[in-house]
Parts: sequence; C-alpha cells; structure tokens
Amino acid sequence: MKALTWHGTKDVRVENVDDPEIINPRDAIIKVTSTAICGSDLHLYDGVIPGMKPGDVLGHEFMGEVIETGSGSTLKKGQRVVVPFTISCGGCFHCHVEQYSACENSNPAEKQDMSATLYGQPMSALFGYSHLTGGYSGGQAEYVRVPFSDVGPIVVPDHLDDDKVLFLSDILPTGWMAAENADIQPDDTVAVWGCGPVGLFAIQSAIVMGAAKVIAIDHYPHRLELAKKLGAEVIDFRGTDVREALMEMSGGLGVDAVIDAVGMEAHGFAVDNMIDIVKQKVGVGADRASALKQALLAVRFGGKVSIPGVYGGMTDKFPLGALMEKGLQIRSGQTHVQKYTKPLLEKIEDGTLDTTFLISHRLPLGEAVKGYKNFKQEQDTWTKVVLKPGMETISENA
Amino acid sequence: MSNRTTQAAGVLVGLGLTAGGVALASLARRHANASRDSAPGYTARSGHGEFDVSGRTVTIRKPRTELFDFWRDFTNLVPVMENVESIEMLDKTSGRAAWTIKAPLGRTVRVETTIVSEEANELIAWRSVEGSEIEAEGRVMFKDAPGDRGTRVTLIVAYKPPAGAAGKAVAKLFLREPEVQTRHDLKRLKMLMETGEIATSAMRKENTRAAKQENAA
Repeated sequence: MKALTWHGTKDVRVENVDDPEIINPRDAIIKVTSTAICGSDLHLYDGVIPGMKPGDVLGHEFMGEVIETGSGSTLKKGQRVVVPFTISCGGCFHCHVEQYSACENSNPAEKQDMSATLYGQPMSALFGYSHLTGGYSGGQAEYVRVPFSDVGPIVVPDHLDDDKVLFLSDILPTGWMAAENADIQPDDTVAVWGCGPVGLFAIQSAIVMGAAKVIAIDHYPHRLELAKKLGAEVIDFRGTDVREALMEMSGGLGVDAVIDAVGMEAHGFAVDNMIDIVKQKVGVGADRASALKQALLAVRFGGKVSIPGVYGGMTDKFPLGALMEKGLQIRSGQTHVQKYTKPLLEKIEDGTLDTTFLISHRLPLGEAVKGYKNFKQEQDTWTKVVLKPGMETISENA
Repeated sequence: MSNRTTQAAGVLVGLGLTAGGVALASLARRHANASRDSAPGYTARSGHGEFDVSGRTVTIRKPRTELFDFWRDFTNLVPVMENVESIEMLDKTSGRAAWTIKAPLGRTVRVETTIVSEEANELIAWRSVEGSEIEAEGRVMFKDAPGDRGTRVTLIVAYKPPAGAAGKAVAKLFLREPEVQTRHDLKRLKMLMETGEIATSAMRKENTRAAKQENAA
C-alpha cells in the first residue's frame, strides 16, 4: 500500500509499504478515506521528537471504511468509522474512569520504559507518533491496523460527509476538552492563546458552553479572522501588549479562565533536549513556554488554567509564585477522545458544531509531501490539510 | 571486611536471609529498618548478597481468585514471560514445574521448581529444586485493591548467578536486567488479563516481538 513515511528531519516520503493485517482478536483493518496532517505532525517533520525510526508511517487523524475484523471486534465490514488518535483498551483502571489517554495497556510493554522514566508512569499509545507512544503505524496511509477496535472507532452515519466528522479523531474533542477543563461558567471571560485548529475549536466550544466573552490571541491575520468569525474578540500579540489588553478587556479583574493552545512541543521529549533547556537559561528554552507564563499572569486570582498545548520536557523561569499565590485550578493532558466522540457527533448532527470551515486544502495522499511543506511554511493560509487516499494524484513531484 | 560488606551483611541478617536462599517473605514485607519505613524490602537501596532480587507490583482489574487460578497453572505464563520458552506442569498438586528458559545462541536452560508455600487466592511461592542449572526463587502475592480497582499483584523473583559456563551464558541473557524483565512480564500479564491480548504495534504477524523471538530461537 501507499503511505507517508518518515525518514528524518524534513524528509517524509510517499512510498510503498506492506499492507497491515489482523494480529490480535480485537483488531480491525480500516481503508482510509480521509486523513489530516496535525500541527503536532510538524514536530515529527522537524525531527524534534525522539523515538522515531526511518520508515515509520505518520498520521493520527483518520477515518475510513472497515474492511476486515478480528474475532473480538464489534465492527462490521463496510461501516464508516472515525478512529480516535489515542489507542485505549477499555479494560484498565484509567479507561474505566474515562481517562482514555492514560490507558495502561495499549503501549507495548517493552516500549513503556522511556516515558515511565520521564514522567513517573508510562504513556499510553497513539497512532503514528514515535516509538515513545508505541510505534504504531499511522493513518496517512491507504490502510491501518486499528487495535481495540471495539472501544475506539465510532461509526458515523452515511449522510455526514468525511469533512464534517473527520476531526472527531483528535482536534475537535481536544478543543472541547480544553474548554471543559477551563470549567467555563456563564459570566466568564475566557482567553485562548493560539488560533491553530485546537485553539479555534476551543473557542467554538467555549462559546457553546456559554462563556460571556472569548478572547483569542495569535499573530496570523487569517487565523485571527477565523476566530472572529466564530464569535471571539481578538488580540494580535505583535502589535498589542497582551497582559495590559486582557486586564482592560476583563474590567481590571483578570480573565476567569485561560487556555494555552500553543504548547512547546518543539522542545521534544528527549533527555538531551531537556538538559539543553536547562542550559539555556535565557533564550529559546525560556521563550518557548511564553504563552503559558503569560496566561498564568493574565488569569485572575482563583481562576482556571487549561493546558491542551503539548509540552514534553522542562522549562525554567516558571512563574511558580503566581501559580501558588493566585489559588488556581490547573487541568491538562492528552485528550480522552473516546469520552467525547459520541456527544460531539450529536452536536455535529444537530448543527451546534461545524468543523468544515477549518479545512483549507484537500490533497491526494500522493501529494502529502507538498501538504507537509506548505502546512509548515504557509501557516497563515494553510490552516488544515486533509489527505484523500482515494483522490487521484495530479502531480507526483509537487 | 570493608564498610560496604559490613553493611550488606547487616542487611542480610536483618532480612533473615539464610545460606540456602533468600527469605522472600521478609523481602515482601519490609525493610530491615521497619520501624522507620513501611516500603517493601525489595525497594531497599542495598543489595541482597549473591542473589539478584527484583520486585514489582501491578494493579489488574480482575478478581483475586481469577488471577490466582491463572497463575497457579504455571503453563499459562508462557505468553507473558518473554525469556521462557515453555513450562511443563509435572505435578499439579505439589506444583512441580519444569521451565525451559531461552539462552543465547539458541540454547535453553531447564529449571525445575516446586511450590514451597501456597495460600489460596493470596500467595504462591516456588523455589528451584536441587540440581537445577540455576538457583531461583519466586513469590507472587495477590491483594484486593481499594474499591473496584481489582487486585494488586506483587511478583518478587531472586536468582543466583550460576558458576558454570552454561550458567554464565544464561546470566548474560536472563540475569542482565531481571528488574526490567519482571516489569515487562507483569505488564504483559496485566494486558492479557484485562484485554485478552498482548499489545503489539506490528503491522504484520511475522513482525511481532513474539514471532521474532521464535524465529531467533
């Protein structure tokens, strides 16, 4: 089959790899119809995530048709399903309490050690996101082996196009959980750092949850425009003092809830990266967490902090005093996708949520390399790239 | 006697170790300085003499009885124990079993064990019989976890690195990182019991870890 494979920094290729097959009873094989490039894929592209091996198939936002099922799968051939990016078994303690992204059983035993060393306990598995999270082949491919297919994939009705439901795989639940983690109350003013896909969906979700005012912070004009269309007020941090503006826009109180949809994933998970960060007392290491640091100062005393933006290592010059003295509630983490797919599908069906506005480009899988390049270099206008394995390739060398 | 040896000897006495083996029961319970510390003995920073001891606990969302019964038939453990090629139950009642353990260069080592202590749904302890190629002891304990969290399973194993050439070969593979092995084996047991399968990220059957091990043997 054809798949987008990783070979090194800024070196991804579309090439032929072996077709996947059913290995465990609960597996299913999905024929991919739509698969998106995620902002976090760019960090693999930039080569800053350790635990990658040449030939790894990327992609963790995908959907398609069930073409084969193991004896323990509850799916049926021919069903259209959206697959969560988090691989969750449904049987462990964390799955039982709906903390699916902390599943204890999806990451193969011998691959759990590295993240356990970094974080105290091992990470769960994700599709197409390094061997730190299991080394599972991802969704930017014609076919995917989906483990625990009785727990993860959600069957979608035929009258909803791929473009309407694809983002149930990651960024829509991630944006929704980000807003939920901000514990939004009707009179709240909410500030969101970053108007990428997750930030935009967090804004949309915060408005649906009844926030009195949502303020979006970014510097890309097109992305700020999208935030405005969703109903947010916007701040361009290049021309405005964000802290002062937020104080004024919240009536001098400070904002009730802050959402950091920026993250500093580029620092990576590696121990040497972390040591570098510690070494770089001033500079890149300190700057990269600037969104979160700013958010901690902008939030009011007793306010709420939600962190969907991905961080992997450590940072210095962290405003620990503000964090303690202000009496904040902090919630964070990878998304418990399986908890949200069903209620959010209902909100898509009844028209409460629309996700199609985000898609700027649709390309055949054969042009995935072009998709990566432009998503990276033209962030203002290439807001979201969806790859369609079934679409005919127009130019192979784009 | 160096300071270090004196300390080690002190710990051994404190743990009630005997010349013939390790008293895993006391290791399971507490440190020598139990008055100040309620941690299990195997988490002690000092060593345990000529035995290499490792211990680990996992919580499995299954009832104690189910897990005890599964373990009591040692043959069930083959898919979760990576270095074990086969386990033969020689006598179900006494729990005598023959373990065939993988060694480098496609060789294997046979260890015969017998159950030395057993309490239904609580613990199983076994020890290698005389004449085995390596000296080993193991002990698994099952305790109810709070609420509906299932069972806390603690596995403690002790190996004595053997003297002979075959023993050394085994040591190289099997004793290099018994702690890592114990950890991984327990994770696989948890997977099998909670999900009915052992997680693999392979795309094809021939690329699973189990298949590769088989081919290498």
